[in-house]
Amino acid sequence: MASKFTVSNRTGWLMAGPAVLLIAGFVILPFFLAFYFSFTNQRLVSPNATEFVGMANYRQLLGVTTVTLEPVRDDSGAIVMQDGEPEYPSLRALTRNNPDRPDLAGMREWFSFSLGGDSKTYVLARDVVFMKAIVNTFIFVLIVAPVQAGLALGLALLINQRLRGINVFRAIYFMPVVVSIVVVSLLWRLIYDGNSGLLNNLLGAISFGMIPPIDWLGNPSTALGSIIAMSIWQAVGFHMVIWLSGLQTISPTLYEAAAIEGASKWQVFRYITWPGLRNTAVLILIVITMQAFGLFAQIDVMTNGGPLDSTQTIVFQAIERGYGKQDISGGSAISVILFVIVLSISLIQRWLTREKT
Amino acid sequence: MALISADNRGLRLATRYAVLVLIAIIFIFPLVFMLMSSLKPDQQLLQDSGNLRAFLPVGDISLQNYYEAFQRAPVATFVFNSVLVTGVTVALSLLLCSAAGFAFVFVNWKGRNTLLAILLATLILPFETIAIPLLMMVAHLPWVGFDGLSWGWLNSYHVQIIPFIADGLTVFLFVQYFKDLPGELIEAARVEGASWWQIYRKIVMPLSGPIFATAAILKFLVMYNQYLWPLMVTQEEGYRPVMVGLQYFFQLNVAWGEVMAYLSLITVPVLAFYLYLQKAFIASIASTGVKG
Repeated sequence: MASKFTVSNRTGWLMAGPAVLLIAGFVILPFFLAFYFSFTNQRLVSPNATEFVGMANYRQLLGVTTVTLEPVRDDSGAIVMQDGEPEYPSLRALTRNNPDRPDLAGMREWFSFSLGGDSKTYVLARDVVFMKAIVNTFIFVLIVAPVQAGLALGLALLINQRLRGINVFRAIYFMPVVVSIVVVSLLWRLIYDGNSGLLNNLLGAISFGMIPPIDWLGNPSTALGSIIAMSIWQAVGFHMVIWLSGLQTISPTLYEAAAIEGASKWQVFRYITWPGLRNTAVLILIVITMQAFGLFAQIDVMTNGGPLDSTQTIVFQAIERGYGKQDISGGSAISVILFVIVLSISLIQRWLTREKT
Repeated sequence: MALISADNRGLRLATRYAVLVLIAIIFIFPLVFMLMSSLKPDQQLLQDSGNLRAFLPVGDISLQNYYEAFQRAPVATFVFNSVLVTGVTVALSLLLCSAAGFAFVFVNWKGRNTLLAILLATLILPFETIAIPLLMMVAHLPWVGFDGLSWGWLNSYHVQIIPFIADGLTVFLFVQYFKDLPGELIEAARVEGASWWQIYRKIVMPLSGPIFATAAILKFLVMYNQYLWPLMVTQEEGYRPVMVGLQYFFQLNVAWGEVMAYLSLITVPVLAFYLYLQKAFIASIASTGVKG
């Protein structure tokens, strides 16, 4: 579109320069600084000079190993039982000042399993909380991405009907999107309350008191699920609107042709609507995944990572270290790990959903 | 026969509306609950949450909670800070990002394709991945203010504004929109001897109302709802925005009535704004989904 004849370098730089410089300084530069800091022991404020520590931050965060232990046997060779379970040697003996296993020093048990036989395998991590944060974040993304995309599509199809007053419903479904996630999280804290929360009262009423009150955010088995449900509630309208704009790009003549041919509703969806939404689907999946990996405010307002680290997330850990403990290097290393995860996943998604020729 | 099918149609229509209304209730009940609770004393608020009264303005209704919220925290300061930071950022963002979009689409200059590609690549960087190094950076940047040179941007307005003025998405939205404008018009104006500034001001801007509205709304939502960044860079209450100000309501015993009043106070203006400009809000979100 730009003229091929006149070159105006000065104008181009003058007009684009300010925005380009700001993005270079406040987006691109910090991105590279994250890599740099992650190889140092940088702190926010420190009297000591910053030193290079190589991969130490990453080893500290990602160090995982396994140890297989045989049960304790008494003199006759029988397995010593305790509370009906075989007894195993103490892990602490291995991880605390054990001259034979300096590689295990400081590690803690993450989980253990038994692959048949008497021996038990322990998975040890240098930073158990961070491991839990990674797992929780993946659970969050793996549930939120398909459920939110699917519900949003359902809502979009519902709103795409020709009905009187449909715009009012569209406006209402979209409403939570414009409300701050901080406000939403606080509201839901009261809804999820273990004693007099709205949710417990509702469940009690419809089950005639059969369902006892649950402390939704205070129970490790329900806390993450509660945050997932609320997060979907808040953001589903956003993606409904993107699906809607995708729906509106599908030519109405296709639907008319289908009606003449006598296609069933399912056939219309399968052969006209869904193929027409392909690009929208790819975009929505990538956007939801990226947003979901950034999970922070809900955690900070509702649970602070608890109970028992059941709602720790990668970003929450990055902020807790980088800001809370002023450990810039550790926070930066987590940021880099997060970036590598997000980049790999969006590349995989792009590859899986590529145009097949 | 005809009668039965007419009845069926009526029934089907009623079911459709019933489904729509049911879903609407799911999306709206927490907000109604917030508004109604903000008018009730704490004790009644908790009692009412056991039944439908939670969603009705009944009982001991007053604005007492709002009054007490102002007593507890410098609410006016928080609101002023939010409005200032959001307003300045939106205005500067529209100016600089539209100028950049203009240069990328209409002006022929060396390096523009490379630079545009780099800007678009930043779209895959979630803010969370740069927040910590950015915090380190701004904590050590110099600033020239009324009282001379100082080091470190923490606890200021500019630390909340400058990093967010320009972003890849806003530039990208302007580029997409400008590409669809009639380029011949700009060519012709150039031939006629119009300056770039005149072209931007007299030709492009009048044709670009919708994209300015879109960019403004998106930036407004991001800025007003900011939480993580101001939480880290403003320890002094004098610079804190409304979302961070919420923390004042959780010291010692939580007074839910006051919390609800504060939440309503900072949310209702945005909701009113949204309902008033509903079509523009929804169109701006939809435009982020249009792939180039």
